[in-house]
Amino acid sequence: MAVADERPIGFGRMKRKEDPRFVRGQGNYVDDVVLPGMLHGAALRSPLAHARIVSIDTSAALQHPKVRAVITGRDLEAQGLAWMPTLSADTQAVLATDKVRFQGQEVAFVVADDHYAARDALELIDVEYDPLTVVHDAHRALDADAPVIRDDKEGQTSNHIFDWEAGNEAETEAVFEDADVVVVTQEIPFQRVHPAPLETCGAVADYDAVTGKLRLWCTTQAPHAHRTLYALVAGLPENKIQVIAPDIGGGFGNKVPIYPGYVCAVVASIVTGHPVKWMEDRTENLTSTGFARDYLMRGKIAADRDGRIRALRVDVLADHGAFNATAQPSKYPAGFFHIFTGSYDLEAAYCTVRGVYTNKAPGGVAYRCSFRVTEAAYLVERMVDLLADELGMDPVELRMKSFIRSDQFPYTTKTGWEYDSGDYHATMREAMRIAGYDELRREQAEKRARGEYMGVGVSFFTETVGAGPRAKMDIAGLGMADGAELRVHPTGKAVLRISVKTQGQGHETTFAQIVAEELGIPPEDVEVVHGDTDQTPFGLGTYGSRSTPVSGGATAMVARKVRERARQVAAAALEVSPDDLEWEKGRWFVKGDREKGRTIQELALASHGALELPEGVEGHLDAVAVYDPPNLTYPYGAYICVVDVDPGTGEVKLRRFISVDDCGVRINPMVVEGQIHGGIAEGIGIALMQQIAFDEQGNCLSGSFMDYLVPSSLEVPDLELGATVTPSPHHPFGAKGVGESANVGAPPAVVNAVVDALEPFGVRHVDMPVTPARVWQAIHS
Amino acid sequence: MQINLTVNGERASADAEPRTLLVHFLRDHLRLTGTHWGCDTSNCGACVVLVDGEPVKSCTMLAAMADGHEVRTVEGLARGGELDPVQQGFIEEHGLQCGFCTPGMMLTARALLDANPKPSDEEIKVAISGQICRCTGYKNIVAAVHWAAEHPQEVSA
Amino acid sequence: MQVPAPFDYARASSVDEALGLLERLGPEARLVAGGHSLLPMMKLRLATPEHLIDINPLAEELSYIREQGGEIRIGALTRHREILESDLLARHFPIMRDAEEMIADPPVRNRGTIGGALCQADPSEDLSAVCAALGGVAVIRGRSGERVVEMPDFHRGPYETAVEDAEMLVEVRIPLRPHGGSAYAKVKRRTGDWATAAAGAAVWLDGSSISAAGIALSAVNPSSVRSTRAEESLVGVAPSEEAFAAAAALAAEDCEPIGDLRGPADYKRHLARELTHRALRRAAERALAS
Repeated sequence: MAVADERPIGFGRMKRKEDPRFVRGQGNYVDDVVLPGMLHGAALRSPLAHARIVSIDTSAALQHPKVRAVITGRDLEAQGLAWMPTLSADTQAVLATDKVRFQGQEVAFVVADDHYAARDALELIDVEYDPLTVVHDAHRALDADAPVIRDDKEGQTSNHIFDWEAGNEAETEAVFEDADVVVVTQEIPFQRVHPAPLETCGAVADYDAVTGKLRLWCTTQAPHAHRTLYALVAGLPENKIQVIAPDIGGGFGNKVPIYPGYVCAVVASIVTGHPVKWMEDRTENLTSTGFARDYLMRGKIAADRDGRIRALRVDVLADHGAFNATAQPSKYPAGFFHIFTGSYDLEAAYCTVRGVYTNKAPGGVAYRCSFRVTEAAYLVERMVDLLADELGMDPVELRMKSFIRSDQFPYTTKTGWEYDSGDYHATMREAMRIAGYDELRREQAEKRARGEYMGVGVSFFTETVGAGPRAKMDIAGLGMADGAELRVHPTGKAVLRISVKTQGQGHETTFAQIVAEELGIPPEDVEVVHGDTDQTPFGLGTYGSRSTPVSGGATAMVARKVRERARQVAAAALEVSPDDLEWEKGRWFVKGDREKGRTIQELALASHGALELPEGVEGHLDAVAVYDPPNLTYPYGAYICVVDVDPGTGEVKLRRFISVDDCGVRINPMVVEGQIHGGIAEGIGIALMQQIAFDEQGNCLSGSFMDYLVPSSLEVPDLELGATVTPSPHHPFGAKGVGESANVGAPPAVVNAVVDALEPFGVRHVDMPVTPARVWQAIHS
Repeated sequence: MQINLTVNGERASADAEPRTLLVHFLRDHLRLTGTHWGCDTSNCGACVVLVDGEPVKSCTMLAAMADGHEVRTVEGLARGGELDPVQQGFIEEHGLQCGFCTPGMMLTARALLDANPKPSDEEIKVAISGQICRCTGYKNIVAAVHWAAEHPQEVSA
Repeated sequence: MQVPAPFDYARASSVDEALGLLERLGPEARLVAGGHSLLPMMKLRLATPEHLIDINPLAEELSYIREQGGEIRIGALTRHREILESDLLARHFPIMRDAEEMIADPPVRNRGTIGGALCQADPSEDLSAVCAALGGVAVIRGRSGERVVEMPDFHRGPYETAVEDAEMLVEVRIPLRPHGGSAYAKVKRRTGDWATAAAGAAVWLDGSSISAAGIALSAVNPSSVRSTRAEESLVGVAPSEEAFAAAAALAAEDCEPIGDLRGPADYKRHLARELTHRALRRAAERALAS
């Protein structure tokens, strides 16, 4: 639906303010940054997954006429930089010193005059390796004879990282022991995938030895957190570090961590005295940067025979790769996985998560997972469908019986989450209405009689996003509260500075709309400044769907502070008491005398002018705020997927996808819908075709888009969107955030649909990715 | 070697190694950074430009192979400061989010509409099937192309 | 991005010039046409020729689809897109359009050529199976003249063809026979992916029975050979589901699939059978309608 004529002052559909530069090809991405004298870096990477480094000979590379420097782990070691801290209180090698621990790990860094020469120089470095046994299977990581991958860590005698649990084991087991319950157990792996944004990761580092200032352009979703970490790690004064995240070509969580390439670029700039650009290629992106998922789960669910779900237990083996570099709040090593109870009112629940090292790339928390909510939602929605199959019940009917009821909110789950608001039954019914659910089931029955296999899959998810209260949520010790600054100029135009960093979510528009909603200044008159740590207040960045809940909250707060200041100025200008004033969007007026008022623009001028202000009222129309969210928010949704399966080939064709999302108040429905479209496409890819696979030597088999398959236009069916709105009671304007919802809800909907299609063959479960080969094998096993 | 081609209607010339890929010739030598790249295996299509009016993955063509030919990049879509209908369509229909695939998508749309002024959904989807978008799920890209088809104004190839 | 190693570049403006360059520069010289097989390999540095000879200027000489002498002749430099859009080919050999609709994607089809595809000889390449099923021949030119090679002899193995040093493929010829129908069936994981398995089939009718059949599979053999036992089982037989099933079973028996990320060998062998059957069914429908 075109939005040509819509120009809301506040929330509503409107075209994006940032689009004019992008459609002209004038976006400014990191690889577009060119500085005088800039050099180019490239990383040499290990071909082996686990090996001791015997020797590194860089002499031939140094002879190349265009090579300016070659850095190895030994060089970094001398500066104490060979290892860096991760966001999970572990350490990660910047350049390998003793061993390589995953295929693709950084071993050396060359710096050359141009990027072609840098690539040539990589071939001139000679590394001798002594291969070691590879731990490629998380299930074997704790075997007695498994080699210890992290022998660099003192006291590490195995590949064990952590054990974590939530809920109540005794209560949960008691339900399973009840003679009258139906129990279903299933192994449900969530395969390793990768966010694969279209722009790879990279940085341009420019260190000025005279001023001591480091400017770092970087593909980062969290520029301030990066700045602080560089200060702590590299010993550079934090006020001399400027991190600039310019336009970013997609993030999806892949651009949250600090990667060795960034650190090498910084070191290279210091060493050479020139700016240094490092842009990874796609193979590097897929094989060395933050992957997602790799949770090997076993679920056990119990219900009464009439379908009332009672208890759920999950035991998880988490494959973290060679370094624990997951990015989640520090008190939650398994992220928010303990939301696995989903949308259901359960009597008991319990989970264990065991994290292990393997010889694979580090990561795990990424790809719109809301900190492991994707894993949790997939688990519970598959288990509920398995239960439906066991009980012979319709999967929607089964869900409706056990949904948390709207009168139960705020609802505290058995694992400690306090869900803020929701009307699950209404949203489910809306999805059924749009889908024509009963008609689909009739069609399915007719088709089955003819030997045609269509499936209808349902998923209903509840997420926990918008981290979070600073007392409970910090990453690497940095509390997850966000700042915002607002300044209204004398002529009524505003500048908003925020800490979050969009990678396509449209913040330059939506955050202007928040100010518009609160102050009545048109969005066209609100400039949003973001991404440059010298220009913006501190915050923890964009991921976990937190921009609207947290930074949006900060923006509303700061706008309300400005509104209050404007009230004081209006009172002075109108010579009334501030209590005699009433607000309508864009102006303060005297109660009972609507004509007597001042617009916000007039008040901006007045606040900068000669008007005498009372004692205690400061001039100008500026404010600063830091928003510490009181709780997380809980967007949710009902998704229905319709598929047709060709049993002769195993091919799955998606016919329809219906999604009804409830993300509370929507700032810009057009932007919200775009986020959902993209998330559904990602979810389809994850369900049907994506996997980062390895062989037994730890060789990555998915190192390019030839084998790591993401959906094209022909793999995404027509998308039918609906909406319900249940505002968040604690958020300043009732919003919940939506960036990750569709990636949470879509994979189980697709898998449930395929399994539903294959029901006549007795198929109960198929692991993702549900490739044609797996469908065929499921039919024939 | 000296490489001479026409880019966005103007002669463009630079000295570059024979192995220089067209995408790098455009970005590094001509400083036209609107053309992007996103993979190593000719799969993603972020680098699509028009060569003699046809969409081509510029990462899989040597600049030398484009010598003597006409190349159109995103910088050459707007004429005399006026946006092409496809550019306006992408704004109207929220056909872009991060903007990284957008230049290639718009050029392919332009070439499609020049050959087929009223394409169907399926024809649009096939035309862009060699280009990955990670953000939009393609739905609004298709809508953007339809918008351009419905508002052709006077701009053409 | 990964980029090629350095090389020297030459441009040929005639076939003779291209052959002369090949001879002079020796085995470290490669021809480049569409470049969508060679350049990706060079970027990954799996191929590092010292010289590239750009034959794109040969489009005048080598890019055509025409009927001549009871054959359809396709110049080696004809682009995939031209083959896809050719109504002449669609009329006589609908298998061509079937296959091209599923080869790569539109920008790649704008550049890639039939000559490049056949000479790359990837075991999963589709046009090799298409030409083999149609009984096509390859015309190879060298300094001493032209020679004609049947498709099964053209493909010697994975990435290996009958084109020798200082020779180039210039044309593919497909004989025109009446009352024929052809079709291609392919399973892939996603748009643009190589085939998990694919089958090309062509049948010609004499009255109510099949007088000749061509069946060639892709991606389930080291190279696209014809399934001769399957073909022979159909000669003299009326088209029927039973006949197709029997031929498909033979084609499946005779292929040599390898398990990989696309699927295990038994699944691919099943697909060989399923797709051969479907392609035969469609080819026969078209033959009956012709």
